[in-house]
Amino acid sequence: MSETLDRYRVSTRRSAELALLIGSWLIGIFAWILVDASTGKSSLGGWTTLISSGVLLLVVHAVVRWQAPYADPILLPCVAALNLLGLAMIHRLDAASAQRAAANGTPQPTPDVYAQLTWMLIGLIAFIIVLSIVSDHRRLQRLTFISGFVGIILLFLPLLPGLGSTVNGARLWINVLGFTFQPGELAKVALTIFFAGFLVGRRHSLALVSTKIYGIGVPRIKDVGPLLVVWFTALLVLILERDLGTSLLLFGLFTVMLYVATGRRSWVVIGAILLIIGGALAYHAFGHVHTRFDVWLHPFADANGEGFQIVQSLYGLANGGIFGTGWGQGYPQLVPFAKTDFITSALGEELGLMGLIAIFLLFAIVVERGARAAVATRDAFGNLLAIGLTTVLGLQTFIVVGGVTRLVPLTGLTTPFLSYGGSSLVANYVIIALLIRISNAARAPELSNLDIALRSDLESS
Amino acid sequence: MSDLLVTIFRIGFLIALWWFVITVVGVLRRDLQAPRDAKPLTPARVPNRPSPRPTLRSRRPVTKLVIIEGALEGTVIPLGTSPILIGRAPDATVVLDDDFVSTHHARLIPNGNHWIVEDLGSTNGTWIDRTRVSTPTALSPGSPLRIGRTILELSS
Repeated sequence: MSETLDRYRVSTRRSAELALLIGSWLIGIFAWILVDASTGKSSLGGWTTLISSGVLLLVVHAVVRWQAPYADPILLPCVAALNLLGLAMIHRLDAASAQRAAANGTPQPTPDVYAQLTWMLIGLIAFIIVLSIVSDHRRLQRLTFISGFVGIILLFLPLLPGLGSTVNGARLWINVLGFTFQPGELAKVALTIFFAGFLVGRRHSLALVSTKIYGIGVPRIKDVGPLLVVWFTALLVLILERDLGTSLLLFGLFTVMLYVATGRRSWVVIGAILLIIGGALAYHAFGHVHTRFDVWLHPFADANGEGFQIVQSLYGLANGGIFGTGWGQGYPQLVPFAKTDFITSALGEELGLMGLIAIFLLFAIVVERGARAAVATRDAFGNLLAIGLTTVLGLQTFIVVGGVTRLVPLTGLTTPFLSYGGSSLVANYVIIALLIRISNAARAPELSNLDIALRSDLESS
Repeated sequence: MSDLLVTIFRIGFLIALWWFVITVVGVLRRDLQAPRDAKPLTPARVPNRPSPRPTLRSRRPVTKLVIIEGALEGTVIPLGTSPILIGRAPDATVVLDDDFVSTHHARLIPNGNHWIVEDLGSTNGTWIDRTRVSTPTALSPGSPLRIGRTILELSS
């Protein structure tokens, strides 16, 4: 009897998650030790940092075991590995700025890595809170319009005088009690919930076709409204906050979700046309977009001025070659904003193409797992939400990595989990918490009642 | 550090990083080819399930679903290893054009030699004999499954 019943026991794969988490932590330690060894400093603070990050990950693992026992075992370790690699690279760049300060005789700068560790702590706490409060992702559907409202407010919060502040030309930050925060990062989570809730009820009418042009069904004119609204919002973000990255992410996200909700390729075509129109408008109307495009196409035309950053990044990647220079052996500090926007080029220089490919594979695996949770989940809202959240992660990585490697014009976005920046880290951990919640629902045994039905059926036989 | 050590650690770290990625891919692969003793119940995976395994009860295997009453009377639906969706929607496996049938009315899920009936929140309910199916229930061959004006039966 018990042998038969064992068939119905579902493996939760939590031990695999624990093993992979320990593996990711060991990679982080390894990187940190190599940084310390090559920069010739080993501080006690570093070890407390490492041990506390390990303890934090164990706590999070315990919470997942308790709150979402059937969740995907791969998401968390991949994300932890990326985060720890980012920490090690920030530590390495801290050492570089400390060396430069010592050489110039200027006072030592405060290292950023401890701030980033604090943000990792806050991000993991946010992860635990979201996973515990949202016990069923379908309940988020009730918050559709509230989260839409919250998302729009967060998106435009930096525009408030006195609260918002302009850093490097983009008005993305708010100052609250001495902390700076990028509310736009959380806005993308809220807006994804809104888009999912909004589209799930309208997906059938949005899939209607009025006429066919070249074999592609064209939706009815009145259904194009929502896409146009998002398009205008994205343009507003670009005009008012001068933020090309968020604008692109927002519009791309809605187009992808519209496509997934309706299954109509015409939406992708319409989205692409609107994107081209918006891009052309922005190119001619705004100097900063114009500059970005020119730098993208001809970076060496002004290699010491506008093109300096991208040119340095390309030289860094070239210096790294296939196997990299090794931790602490390159010059990633020569690229401006190496800790935030250009952390990919810093990692590419010191870990080489092989290291960068491994990192991109980790991102690809995270995206694959997110998409799999979306496919496996049984409700349409969860499906759209998971696809939306996955798209945010994937698209953001593509936009920023593409910008750094000169595949697409450079936009100011953070690399998820790698870059220095608290708001981004917290928002991305919230995204992972929601994906873990959805994957838990998708992978859990259908219903506990089903087990009961089967058991009674077996026992009666 | 000497040049040799730098090179060793540089390559060593890349090997460690790739070892991690490959381990992750290994877990992912094992997850895709779910072992046979794991998760027989998740419908999303049921289509991939290999041939049914023997159960305690020895009976002739169920191979078809027969409509014994209703507009489609006499229709025989061969059963494979995939779940059967019954409803009014065009994407259902068995499309019943009946006002008493909901869009996605009920689902039949294979599990070994059993077929499990699950009501998908239908308005008028799914009935086995005179009992309304409220929880997923195993359907035995010969018991009438009533959905709207249609009665179906499993048969060997």
